[in-house]
Amino acid sequence: MGRKLLFDKAHIEGIRYYDVYRANGGYGSAEKALKSMSPDQVLDEVKKSGLRGRGGAGFPTGMKWSFIAKPEGVPRYLVCNADESEPGTFKDRYLMEFLPHLLIEGLLISSYTLGCNSCYIYIRGEYAWIPDILEEAIADAKKNGWLGKNIQGTGFDLEIYVQRGAGAYICGEETALIESLEGKRGNPRIKPPFPAVKGLWDCPTVVNNVETLATVVPILRIGGEEYAKYGTGKSTGTKLISACGNINKPGVYEIEMNISVEEFIYSDEYCGGIANGKRLKACIPGGSSVPILPANLLLKTAKGEPRMMTYESLADGGFATGTMLGSGGFIVLDEDQCIVKNTLTFARFYHHESCGQCSPCREGTGWMKRVLLNIENGKGKMSDIDLLWDIQRKIEGNTICPLGDAAAWPVAAAIRHFRDEFEWHVLHPEEATKRNYGLAHYADPLEIAAPAAV
Amino acid sequence: MAEEKKLFKVKIDNISVEVEPGTTILNAARQIGGDIVPPAMCYYSKLKGSGGKCRTCLVKVSKGSDADPRPMPKLVASCRTTVMDGMEVANITSPEVLEARKGVVEFLLLNHPLDCPVCDQAGECHLQDLSYEHGADSTRYEFKRRTFDKVDIGDKIQLHMTRCILCYRCVFTADQLTEKREHGVLGRGEAAEIGTYIQQSLDNNFIGNVIDVCPVGALTDKTFRFKNRVWFLKPVDAHRECNDPKCCGKVALWMRGDEVFRVTARKDKYGEVEEWICDTCRFDKKEVKDWVIEGPRKIERQSVISQGHYVGVNKPKETLVEVLDGRQPKLLLDIHNISEVNKPNIDLSQINGPAHSDDFNK
Amino acid sequence: MFSEEKLNKVKEIIARYPAGKQKSALIPVLHLAQEVSGGWLSSETMDYVASLLQITPIEVYEVATFYSMFNLQPVGQYVFEVCQTGPCMLRGSDNIIDYIKKKLDIGVGQTTKDGLFTLKTVECLGACGYAPMMQLGKHYREHLTPEKVDAIIEECRSKAN
Repeated sequence: MGRKLLFDKAHIEGIRYYDVYRANGGYGSAEKALKSMSPDQVLDEVKKSGLRGRGGAGFPTGMKWSFIAKPEGVPRYLVCNADESEPGTFKDRYLMEFLPHLLIEGLLISSYTLGCNSCYIYIRGEYAWIPDILEEAIADAKKNGWLGKNIQGTGFDLEIYVQRGAGAYICGEETALIESLEGKRGNPRIKPPFPAVKGLWDCPTVVNNVETLATVVPILRIGGEEYAKYGTGKSTGTKLISACGNINKPGVYEIEMNISVEEFIYSDEYCGGIANGKRLKACIPGGSSVPILPANLLLKTAKGEPRMMTYESLADGGFATGTMLGSGGFIVLDEDQCIVKNTLTFARFYHHESCGQCSPCREGTGWMKRVLLNIENGKGKMSDIDLLWDIQRKIEGNTICPLGDAAAWPVAAAIRHFRDEFEWHVLHPEEATKRNYGLAHYADPLEIAAPAAV
Repeated sequence: MAEEKKLFKVKIDNISVEVEPGTTILNAARQIGGDIVPPAMCYYSKLKGSGGKCRTCLVKVSKGSDADPRPMPKLVASCRTTVMDGMEVANITSPEVLEARKGVVEFLLLNHPLDCPVCDQAGECHLQDLSYEHGADSTRYEFKRRTFDKVDIGDKIQLHMTRCILCYRCVFTADQLTEKREHGVLGRGEAAEIGTYIQQSLDNNFIGNVIDVCPVGALTDKTFRFKNRVWFLKPVDAHRECNDPKCCGKVALWMRGDEVFRVTARKDKYGEVEEWICDTCRFDKKEVKDWVIEGPRKIERQSVISQGHYVGVNKPKETLVEVLDGRQPKLLLDIHNISEVNKPNIDLSQINGPAHSDDFNK
Repeated sequence: MFSEEKLNKVKEIIARYPAGKQKSALIPVLHLAQEVSGGWLSSETMDYVASLLQITPIEVYEVATFYSMFNLQPVGQYVFEVCQTGPCMLRGSDNIIDYIKKKLDIGVGQTTKDGLFTLKTVECLGACGYAPMMQLGKHYREHLTPEKVDAIIEECRSKAN
């Protein structure tokens, strides 16, 4: 059994309620931080832990926190990003539903560190029942002196509010989230200025993912240095992975970042192998926007080493032969799945979610969707494949926010690794409506190139 | 202690310029002028918060600053990126930038109708200029174009959303010039549109400025629609004493003969309004007697209009007879000998209005 | 339009933000308004929200048209919002959508003649591990099968009667 830091007590009956959570050591980290440490000391522990943002970008949390501006007399805000919307990702939902006090404790410690007295949890609108759970937990925490004025007699004040979104993936982007929190359309802002300087209502603001903020609790419990001993290299600690698609045991798993992708997919502790005795064809390991990899490149890097569930190993080989850990939305495709169809659903998703500010994303996402729909419906042309490549290339990197990149990458990776499947669709339109391309050569052992002299 | 403000040295396409801190790359380029100025479809220096959206002004920052010489990883919107001391920028010298700009133009034209021949903006349309410079000669888009019905937002302004490129300039204009904005961006992504939601007329004495800031023919002046092509008109600077204290009263009249066809604000060489004007001046003062004429206005940049003025061309001063050494031109063919269409006995100058076939069948 | 109780709720929401930032309450208040107006927002409703928050109506329209959870047209009493994005598609969401279409004899975006059901397809709702799934009101219905869909339809019908 892998070591757990977030879910170590998740199995305890009633852990979502204050009394049980407290009886099992809950709010211990907050007590330690508020009563015996200065904000700078807490920040130091977070820096030492090597914690990286769990929302997808993997930016070091301690560093992000140290950027926050501290002008006199201006309030600072902590915003918890619970707008979990990346296809394949549903880990934060689990945390909020089953361990709400873990999140609240994390918010308390983080707010103390950053010097914020108001904290907002921005949760996607569709998770309509979760605000009730969170608000109940907030009320209980307040009743027991963990929120409100003069928390535990330390003189620190904190209020936490839950704000529901209303259906917009783009609001997971931190500046769009801030706009939405201000009651506006979720149009991302142009950076700079960064939220750390000018965020919510033009005040210094830190926006962090739910899992990131919850992880502060175990870091304080065991200490930053101890936390950094979990995992591998710069991928310290544990990570929540939400596994879905054609596997035996879809669900949310906490893994220590030292296991291999193969173990994660096939061991009974995690995904339990491919469903219905099928074979693995492809996988998108970090949420829909990261590059899809065929089975052979997923399990082994281009150098022939086993691929590990870490930020570095998954990214090994760059976009040519690697992918990203992203938000940990692990989507598995079996041999019966069609890459074209799968890519189409993602293109449709990003088209639906584009805010419409930047011309490349507004116009390009719809164009890609339509071309893919043609290929899927047997009306594609060979030139469409190159056209798709060209469109995604012209969107990538040319937009205000990363949604443009997120829309471009899945299309690029699908063509990069599965071009022959696209061509087969074009050449056999009839047949493609009746059957899928199948596993083809996508699980064949890789030819290992001699190490390139760099 | 009035210390001299330190200026930042910036190099754009290898041309150096010194600008005040806080200047954007685009404005630094405008200080240099010429071909190295990035095109801008959504940025408008007079509108706070504008810019960053259309992505036509993308440039490459090959050196961040003297302090941190690393290049920026992505192309940046020059209209919203401020310069740093020692920054080096590549615009037209970067193939990467030109390629990206070509892509942006293609995206902007994807759903834009090819109706320039019937569009009032033709001749002074920034998208027309942009596609002439950076566009491809044909489209690769094989799907149905996005279309909208034309709507009148008030009795003087027509919104033709099909042509809109969502630059948001008109929204900023309403926000910043009027007390209460009544139109905005509705919908999301590709379905986003400018509108009032419930059809409403925009009532405000400065709302007409949205016509001037629109880079394309999406917002047009209903008092001028289809009246004339802009390049047939002569722009003339004029002013009047306007009662509205917010209106400068300084305009450009677009005339043909003694007739004032339209009134606009005066625009600089980047097509930006110099000073805002009110709707009374714009829509209701269409007589020469309403205005004090200052003199002809030079249009520097808009391609078609400036071509109409034959800038730098020496017109022949001699008459035809002088050129022919005193010989009279010879009548080679009398059209009336072979055609019965036009009758020489009908004096066109005696006919009221344009001639009609009935006039010749009498 | 709002009851005393709802008006108090609005006040409570506005109190979450610093003074003068009541526009931040817009999305939560639109949710409330949609709840009490049969699941959709008419322009009158939106104008009412604008006056409550002392903002211009266009600011409300801009926001209401941006977010996919706000319905700007009347909908049925029960709205089936079936996810169709990748992870759900891999687990057979297309079949579920087809099944509902046949069962209720409506297309996507349509409402049954009795005004009871509306079928919508939506993009990822964050329940990928429990696919195929749909949102019904406040809650998710997960691991859908044709049998489960039948049961849900029956459940709605009996509640409606």
